[in-house]
Amino acid sequence: MAEKLNFDLVSPERLLLSEQVDMVTVPGADGDMGIMGGHAPVMATLRPGVIGVETEGQPERRYFVRGGFVEVTLAGLTVLAEHTVPLAELDSAALEREIADAQEDVADAKTDEKRRIAQEKLDYLTQLRQAL
Amino acid sequence: MASLKDLRNRIASVKATQKITKAMQMVAAAKLRRAQDAAEAARPYAERMDRVLANLSTGMAGRDDAPALLAGTGSDQVHLVIVATADRGLCGGFNSSIARLARQRIVKLIGEGKTVKIVTVGRKGRDTLKRDFGDRIVKSFEFTGIRQIGFAQAEEIARTVLDMFEAGEFDVATLFYSKFVNVVSQIPTTQQLVPASVAALDAEGADLGGAIYEYEPDEGEILKELLPRNLAVQIFRALLENVAGEFGAKMSAMDNATRNAGDMIKKLNITYNRSRSRAFSSPVDWPDGSENAARQKSNVPHGKMKERT
Repeated sequence: MAEKLNFDLVSPERLLLSEQVDMVTVPGADGDMGIMGGHAPVMATLRPGVIGVETEGQPERRYFVRGGFVEVTLAGLTVLAEHTVPLAELDSAALEREIADAQEDVADAKTDEKRRIAQEKLDYLTQLRQAL
Repeated sequence: MASLKDLRNRIASVKATQKITKAMQMVAAAKLRRAQDAAEAARPYAERMDRVLANLSTGMAGRDDAPALLAGTGSDQVHLVIVATADRGLCGGFNSSIARLARQRIVKLIGEGKTVKIVTVGRKGRDTLKRDFGDRIVKSFEFTGIRQIGFAQAEEIARTVLDMFEAGEFDVATLFYSKFVNVVSQIPTTQQLVPASVAALDAEGADLGGAIYEYEPDEGEILKELLPRNLAVQIFRALLENVAGEFGAKMSAMDNATRNAGDMIKKLNITYNRSRSRAFSSPVDWPDGSENAARQKSNVPHGKMKERT
């Protein structure tokens, strides 16, 4: 295998992952990118989607990310994502239930403010389901 | 002169107060540690965000198509003042010092003929500013029910600010919060959010070894996407500083209160023991050596003599 890639996954609240990996697949704004060690410097925004982290001898780890950007420098790859959920923790049945709840919330919302918040939650959950 | 019973009650009540302040101090210490951890954990994201923005905005400086969030609207007539304080009191001068700094700025801006709109974050700031500038407060946030402030709260505030900006409701936004230095020192600070202050972005660029970034999409697009996010990050950072500051201030305030209560108990005990020995002893052996036994005796109220039995 070629040289390893320093990979940092950062959310606003904490550093989620910081380790040496072989390859990371990132959903860039203009398309998915596979990034390996020694990649040229890139800066790109993220579209909601799934990040795949591959390390030799380990199963691929997948994270749903939304809102943020990707930076590749000589030092490695940094993904800054506002929302991150490990796909392994997702349960599709529970997700369906939450989507149904969110749809109800949107329908029941009394004020515009509440409706907007509910709608955002629904959009988020729908994107999450698509990622699965 | 208070009766012995009164004194005993006072001592008991001060002791109870001391127990409460002591407990509050310990709770604040525990929460402070958590708040510091949260601030620490949030640092990597904010630092990288700063660096990337610094990179991008230097390329953008002076260009006509620079986003309004970075370059400003070209006017500074309407100011939005965001005042972030704690939701709770009993933390010394923490809230009032933030409010004071904000008030000074607001008064100055009004004096210059600017329009000022206020957004308050935290109950205490709203309560203090409401008195003088009640009609200028356009929105108030409160997080009383939330155990630990997360990014979601910062996003909520940022969204409101961005909506207002897009609707052209203000030109310049300034955030007031308290910078956490250590337990005894929190410094009220102002930070300009819109247009994004260059000082905040004055970070070192990453070492690319002479290579240049490949941008996807182009620089302008990325900047347009990042600037609103940066707003939330800056607000989040301020909120975390505030939480740590609040508990730091509360810790030292409660420490002082506990110590004061201790002093008071000591003084009351001395008074109590003096009056008690005065009531007990026969008139002839007054500790102060006074001779007029008859007068001393008449000075002791009748009720007090009963304490002997």
